[in-house]
Amino acid sequence: MYDLLANLALGFGVVFQFTYFDLGPFAVPIPMNVVFCLMGALVGTLIGVLPGVGSVATIAMLLPITFGLPPVGALIMLAGIYYGAQYGGSTTSILVNIPGEATSVVTTLDGHQMARQGRAGPALAIAAIGSFFAGCVSTVLVAALGAPLTSIALKFGPAEYFSLMVLGLIFAVVLAKGSLIKAIGMILAGLLMSMVGSDLESGVGRMTFGIPELSDGIGFVVVAMGVFGFAEIVRNLEASPESREVLHTKITGLMPTRADLKAATPAILRGTTIGSIIGILPGAGAVIASFAAYTVEKRVSKHPERFGRGAIEGVAGPESANNAAAQTSFIPLLTLGIPPNAVMALMVGAMTIHGIVPGPQVMTKQPDLFWGMIASMWVGNLMLVVINLPLVGVWVSLLRVPYRLLYPSILVFCSIGIYSINNSPFDVIIAAAFGVVGYWLIKHDFEPAPMLLGFVLGPLMEENLRRAMLIARGDVTVFMTRPISAGLLLTAAFLLVLAMLPMLRKRREEVFVE
Amino acid sequence: MGHNSSNGRYKAKGGDLMSLFRFIAGAIAGVASFAVQPAFAQSDYPTRPVTLIVPFAAGGPTDVISRIVGDYLSRSLGQQIIIENVVGAGGTTASTRAKNAAPDGYTLITGHMGTHAASVALYPNLAYNPSTDFEPISILAGTPVLILAKKDFPPKDAKEFVAYVKANADKLNMAHAGVGSVSYTTCLALNHILKVKPVTVPFNGTGPAMNALVGGQVDYMCDQIVNAVPQINGGTIKVYAIGTPERNPALPNVPTAKEVGMPEWEASAWNALFAPKGTPKPILDKLNAAVVKALDDETVRKRLLELGSEIPTKERRTPQALADLVKSEVTRWSIVIKAAGPSN
Repeated sequence: MYDLLANLALGFGVVFQFTYFDLGPFAVPIPMNVVFCLMGALVGTLIGVLPGVGSVATIAMLLPITFGLPPVGALIMLAGIYYGAQYGGSTTSILVNIPGEATSVVTTLDGHQMARQGRAGPALAIAAIGSFFAGCVSTVLVAALGAPLTSIALKFGPAEYFSLMVLGLIFAVVLAKGSLIKAIGMILAGLLMSMVGSDLESGVGRMTFGIPELSDGIGFVVVAMGVFGFAEIVRNLEASPESREVLHTKITGLMPTRADLKAATPAILRGTTIGSIIGILPGAGAVIASFAAYTVEKRVSKHPERFGRGAIEGVAGPESANNAAAQTSFIPLLTLGIPPNAVMALMVGAMTIHGIVPGPQVMTKQPDLFWGMIASMWVGNLMLVVINLPLVGVWVSLLRVPYRLLYPSILVFCSIGIYSINNSPFDVIIAAAFGVVGYWLIKHDFEPAPMLLGFVLGPLMEENLRRAMLIARGDVTVFMTRPISAGLLLTAAFLLVLAMLPMLRKRREEVFVE
Repeated sequence: MGHNSSNGRYKAKGGDLMSLFRFIAGAIAGVASFAVQPAFAQSDYPTRPVTLIVPFAAGGPTDVISRIVGDYLSRSLGQQIIIENVVGAGGTTASTRAKNAAPDGYTLITGHMGTHAASVALYPNLAYNPSTDFEPISILAGTPVLILAKKDFPPKDAKEFVAYVKANADKLNMAHAGVGSVSYTTCLALNHILKVKPVTVPFNGTGPAMNALVGGQVDYMCDQIVNAVPQINGGTIKVYAIGTPERNPALPNVPTAKEVGMPEWEASAWNALFAPKGTPKPILDKLNAAVVKALDDETVRKRLLELGSEIPTKERRTPQALADLVKSEVTRWSIVIKAAGPSN
């Protein structure tokens, strides 16, 4: 305990280190690391708001600028970009139903509905507050429990990941607000689409039609932009000019009411827990955390029919989860030196360029780097709240812009964003194609969110299933003989039964009535 | 940069702030100069920023090496070298794009052992020919590959490893970072030499593969030194041999493949600079001279050696040496990959 406090003190000392700049006769002390943190958070928020351009592309673009900076400062700035993007992504999800980041897809479900009801302000504010709380808690987790949590993560082999993904699929079933059959259909469609690309074991192309751009599969952002962004625009343009505007009712207040806060608090707590745990697992990440949190909220709520129609818990839970996951995903990087996702891999690269070799010994050999980064996470979260809460008014007023001016800007930003991922015009074409698909889905009352979850889970499920089978030499029982895997599968079965119970009960009642 | 003053506070010189601003200004200017594209004479090359395509994600060994050398080239050539990461299909997407780029010296590519040698055997419909579609400029740095195993793998040294693997091949799980990756091709070569066929377990990149190795879910793998050193020093994995002719200063206790009786296992992932076919010779010569100088520069060498990479000798830094290397590597990997047969 004492050690932890001493280390945290070291960390904060590093963050608030004053660098003296000689300006004429005065030596001006500036806390440079705080400045870097602020810059990173600002850039990250902007990136998160811009649909398509993600934290991966931004960090890659900004890597050369960090060459001249001191290592700790550079890493603090890059980290700030990462979780800044998580914050910013929720802004567009709520305002215009376009997820700025993959992790904000779930926020569109209730967040945008709240915006349509004139409650964009409370939605944005709760997202910021929930994210801040989650950030604080998960920072403490990273500081205190980094090493033990890593050893748990290491126990997760391919069999456990597969079972976790099966659990995730069951979550997707619960996500649906409309017809269950249609939701299952959407999940399966998402799974099928995720099969496009190269086979992991043999490298052979599947469903690529010989097009080289498809050999790595279809990008998630591309699908999300098409199905959410473009389709939504087409649908809005089809509607009459009055109902086309985003706002259907008057804007009622910018801050959450007492009732909002009361409802959101348990959701924030649950979301933080879920996000912290899932974030540690390499590969699973913030996307699954946000979906899981939404599902849990819907399950435990006394009025699940409110979800998908503007329930504030549906914003608070996922937002807390994805921020918590974003922070705890640093754990495998800082304790093991193994990056759990693409952004962390970039951080490894940044560290390597600065001559720091990330690995199990960073904690002991470079304590000021390690604890400095952890302390900067907390400072970064604080800054993000400070930046975002006042901006809520600005964002909300954007909704008043007439749609005929709003939608071309959305189209342009989305297209630029999609193009910037791979510098590939083909991606934009695919997104447009998915726009058409998305429009068809909307007209026929299908929900895109389960499809996207299936799309994310598909490759993870398939790869881990095959890896587990390879290692077990074809023995299917491996999923039940390994304890963690068995536990996850049983939970999934239990949840499935729970989800089906209302259906069975209704049938029985119908039979009795007859 | 600044210095530590006597009371321990970091005292920056005014120059530090200036150099920071200069960097940012330089980056902005570099991007802004795209707007201006005057006609140019070849002797003035380069007159605008040069794009260096890297076929892998930012942060990996090839990317880091490209950035270190590119940083020096930016200063010595007077124009920014802009790194563009084009990920996909084991690096072949980027290589195809580089092949189709205008041969004016403003698009270059860092190819490596996978994209410009092994790909010929791995991808039957490869859209380019590494030997004929590119102009070789110079080899850059190579990353040595090591034989690694999970912490509780029974063999204690390389000789025991060879015996154990030969005896238990069908029970062993070998991890790799995906078909076409360095870890895949070099371990295939190892298996070819040992004449074994263990089960190969694919992962999406070295991160997950290393994770599985540390967690003990797979038995062994071949990986580049950059990824392996932190784990070896942290005691989370075992190492048996390195695939270069000489021991590496980052890991002085690891014997070479030659020392342990496997001299045929040459495993060092070479990276090299290429330009599209048809780039004018004066430009190629200028680039070659710049790279040769870069690899002699103190700072560049220091950063490369910190990564554990091996810096080629001056004789190997000629375009002809690179062309010969590509040819011999294509043949070598074709044999290894065909011998491995269809992947299980």
